[in-house]
Amino acid sequence: MTQGVRRFLAGRGMALALSVGVLAGSAGAYANQDYPTDQVNTTGLAVTDDTVTVGILQSLTGTMAISEMGAVEAFRLAIAQINEEGGVLGRQIEYVLEDGASDWPTFADRARKLLRQDNVATIFGGYTSASRQAMLPVIERENGLLFYPTFYEGMEQSPNVVYTGQEATQQTIAALNWLAEEKGAETFYLIGSDYVWPRTTNNIARTHIEEVLGGEVVGEDYYALGHTSFGSAVNRVRLRRPDAIVSTVVGGSNVAFFRQLNASGLNGSNTLLLSLATSEDEVLGIGGENVEGFYSAYKYFMSLENENNEAFVAAFKEMHGSDSVIGDNTQAAYLGPWIWKAAVERAGSFDVDAVNDNLAGIELHNAPEGYVRVHENRHLWTRARIGKWNADGQATVVWESDDLIEPDPFPEGY
Amino acid sequence: MGDFTTEELLAIFAMQGFAGLSLFSVLLLMALGLAIIYGQMRVINMAHGEFMVIGAYTTYFISTLVVSQAPWFLDYYVFIAVPAAFLMAFIVGWIVEAVLIRHLYHRPLDTLLATWGLALIMQQAFRSIFGAREVSVRLPSWLQGSYQPTLMIDIPINGIAIMVLTLFVTAGVAWMMYRSRWGLRVRCTVSNREMSGAVGINTRSVDRLTFAVGCGIAGIAGAAFTTISSTGPTSGALYIVDTFLVVVFGGAGSLLGTMASAFSIAQGQSILEFFISGSMAKVLTLLVVIGILMLRPEGLFASKVRR
Amino acid sequence: MMNKLPDFIGGRSGLLGLLVFAALLLLVFPAAMNVDQLSLAGRFLAFGFVAAGLVLCWGYGGILSLGQGVFFGLGGYAMAMYMKLEASDGLPDFMRWNRITELPWFWEPFHSLTFTVFAILLLPAALAYLIGIAMFKRRVSGVYFAIITQAIAVITTILIIGQQGFTGGANGITDLRTLKGWDIHTDSAQVTLYYATAVLLIGVILVGKWLLSTKYGRILVAMRDREDRVRFSGYDVANFKVFIFCVAGVFSGIGGAMFTLQEGFMSASFVGIVPSIEFVIFAAVGGRLSLLGAVYGALIVGFAKVMFAEAYPQLWLFLIGSVFIVVVLFMPYGLAGLQENLTRRLRAYLRRTEEHPSSTPSPPRGTTSVGASNRPSQGEPDADGSLSTQEVRS
Repeated sequence: MTQGVRRFLAGRGMALALSVGVLAGSAGAYANQDYPTDQVNTTGLAVTDDTVTVGILQSLTGTMAISEMGAVEAFRLAIAQINEEGGVLGRQIEYVLEDGASDWPTFADRARKLLRQDNVATIFGGYTSASRQAMLPVIERENGLLFYPTFYEGMEQSPNVVYTGQEATQQTIAALNWLAEEKGAETFYLIGSDYVWPRTTNNIARTHIEEVLGGEVVGEDYYALGHTSFGSAVNRVRLRRPDAIVSTVVGGSNVAFFRQLNASGLNGSNTLLLSLATSEDEVLGIGGENVEGFYSAYKYFMSLENENNEAFVAAFKEMHGSDSVIGDNTQAAYLGPWIWKAAVERAGSFDVDAVNDNLAGIELHNAPEGYVRVHENRHLWTRARIGKWNADGQATVVWESDDLIEPDPFPEGY
Repeated sequence: MGDFTTEELLAIFAMQGFAGLSLFSVLLLMALGLAIIYGQMRVINMAHGEFMVIGAYTTYFISTLVVSQAPWFLDYYVFIAVPAAFLMAFIVGWIVEAVLIRHLYHRPLDTLLATWGLALIMQQAFRSIFGAREVSVRLPSWLQGSYQPTLMIDIPINGIAIMVLTLFVTAGVAWMMYRSRWGLRVRCTVSNREMSGAVGINTRSVDRLTFAVGCGIAGIAGAAFTTISSTGPTSGALYIVDTFLVVVFGGAGSLLGTMASAFSIAQGQSILEFFISGSMAKVLTLLVVIGILMLRPEGLFASKVRR
Repeated sequence: MMNKLPDFIGGRSGLLGLLVFAALLLLVFPAAMNVDQLSLAGRFLAFGFVAAGLVLCWGYGGILSLGQGVFFGLGGYAMAMYMKLEASDGLPDFMRWNRITELPWFWEPFHSLTFTVFAILLLPAALAYLIGIAMFKRRVSGVYFAIITQAIAVITTILIIGQQGFTGGANGITDLRTLKGWDIHTDSAQVTLYYATAVLLIGVILVGKWLLSTKYGRILVAMRDREDRVRFSGYDVANFKVFIFCVAGVFSGIGGAMFTLQEGFMSASFVGIVPSIEFVIFAAVGGRLSLLGAVYGALIVGFAKVMFAEAYPQLWLFLIGSVFIVVVLFMPYGLAGLQENLTRRLRAYLRRTEEHPSSTPSPPRGTTSVGASNRPSQGEPDADGSLSTQEVRS
């Protein structure tokens, strides 16, 4: 096990020398009489009298590393906090960190390695849909468990995955309803990066706009990942004069897109734009002044005012530096280890089948986004929120759904 | 297009024309350095994008330094950043030539492979130094926003700035090529390397200087790019195909060709992007370029070279 | 000597090389590795097909293609389409999400395995033929060809991603489980597939070796080194190039299909610029003039990546980048060239008196000139600008 930790340190350099695994200690001893190892682990997982090993699998290198680091930091924080509280079933969590290297087959390989060689009790990780879909067959075959932290397009419900981010209906449809009802938008322009999530999301969006809202989609454009010349795109948008622009532009393109929007005179004061892929992480790069007055739809914003979130933000900054920003994905990642811990303790066992049986109905009261509950379909009941960006790179929540929204990965009619 | 007045349509077309020009200056700035290097010594520098990233990170470094140490200087730092970006990329280029490239003259396809290896190393170096996250610079206020000649036309100021920069750099390169002693030597070496050697031109040092200058210009392009987009360790790889196509399409070793090719590719792509969706526009542009290259395998302006 | 052996084996040392290779693949690897490692090796062997194809068209033909991923993808997607249809009742799941209600016409024939096998072989060949005719008839060569194939890789990637409803988009065609009802993910299936890949690869290498030993192979080398002279001798150079490019394409397609079978999915990330250049890296590291070397290159780089990237993910790119530079600078013929050099010296040392040792038919062994430069066409300026005029000494 120490190998995993060492590997991690070697990889990340000295800056992050916080080795969680080494904290293994006193707390474990008493609880293990209640939960003897041979009873909580009947399937050969890496569980000892004092420790349990889990895997973290994200891209530490390659193009996606930018987006996936936040999740790694969140997992580490949650694990450290759980260990401080005494661990899971009296066992300290140790983790093996694997690099998916932004390469989908590598994700599958590493997942296989984590499950077969390291025998981890669960895996936290994955970011892009492509990486998740690459891991799925492996995880289902090996009967592993994956906590997937990213908001995604839905259309999936694996018995071996827990989805801690929002699926499309909780984010996209809630946002479109808000645009139509609160802002009176009737014509929409959909613009996105060219890959699966934006295209699938916009499929759902188009159906919803045309069939439920009775509005019109006046444009739908995709630009290659990393595309930077949005001059023509902005002019296309001008020509169609939509009431609202819905953006699923991601990553580096985001910066170019928003800067060029602003430089062409379309800004928060005269244009209604809602992004489904712009969180605090991205705004850090785009610059608050370029998104000021635009909106984002997420379940979590760093500026949320509640006790859980204040504690979470403080702890995160203490562990990862005071200038850290926390985006939606990071918060959703943070929920993973806590939900797993709750399910394991309810099951009284680390065995995947037992944990699986006890997942539905798990409640978290300490989630930074507020109370959440696990649905039978292994997604979370969450609130939808709309944030309006300020020049300082933080969002003000301008709307929040009254209730938790039921997750519906296979929405009828979409 | 529905209920648009002629004025509005004209305004949009004017802005569209500018978008094309703006893409043109970006492409040209990126391709100039590569064109010089390829024209002079037929080295395919796959790490060209990474030299741009050097320039971009230099600019980022200076801008963060200014923001934290001397905020009053924020409006002017670009005037230091651009030369600094050139210098950094120039120095690295000089070293790379001395260590790596000079062993590979006469092996054009091998330079392609070796510089790909170099690109990987540089990417990882960026990642180790600056981290994996993309960074973006704080722009001086005068570079933000738009210029409005009429009520309906918005011209992005950063686009204008890049155009002016490109103009200066192109003029500088043209002057160096056709008016300076270095340019004379370069042109001599290109047209007949053995003979140039025989008349006392040190072709080795011409090569090295040319390579370093080409890299330096890439650095300037990177600095300019920070006004448009963010910079990450792998940003350079995004532009390499476009850049190469510009150079190849223009015809190796012809400054005029590079300009013409950057212009036609930029206008083509930007007009197509206006009428059809973005990624398909790219496909069409590339296909047309390949088609023309098939008809004119030496590019638009093939230089007549005696060997 | 060795009259009983066919020529293309390359005499005793050629036979020895092949036997060692076959033994390694069929005996040593299965004995020494666990199932996971073996299936990993199987996937690297699938890359080996592409690398072997590159040896033919780049090492011997002088045609550097930076777009081999396209052919790998064609073969891989053909296989994936067949398996996806088998895995889904009626419409594949991703089509349903993309609101496609009817199976597109070009998916229909992939219900048949026979058609699929033909498609795996013929689609890459057809595309390579088209590209080849278009380029080589116009005498596009060298650097220009490399850049154009790279652009083709970009175009293909964009198209695959853009036509999400038909191709699965950036995620690719995923969740492939069975081939004719046979579960490909079980340990035993992975081992079987490994053997199938290995045997097929050995077959492909024999074909390659045979090709090179024919008159055609010699013309190929001649063409690479002095294209104008071959042309003046009355050969249609373009046709030769088209042919070898097609062969390389077919090899890549087979590799892609075997990869899909083992990996259980195929996506656009195997088509673009980066994988295409990685294939070239395999061939360069292993030796651009050695079919076996290229496969060793794929295996060595592949396993080095897995082991090294696991232990030191941050250093991996430094390592592979430097290895690549070193290989290009100091070992232009890769590991195979190095090995050949060493054996030759050793042999010369051991039996000084014997006559000049003969081995494989690869002509430019130990030459100082570089194989990869194309010769200019008559009268016109040299397109790729190579200044090298050194003769090949054999």
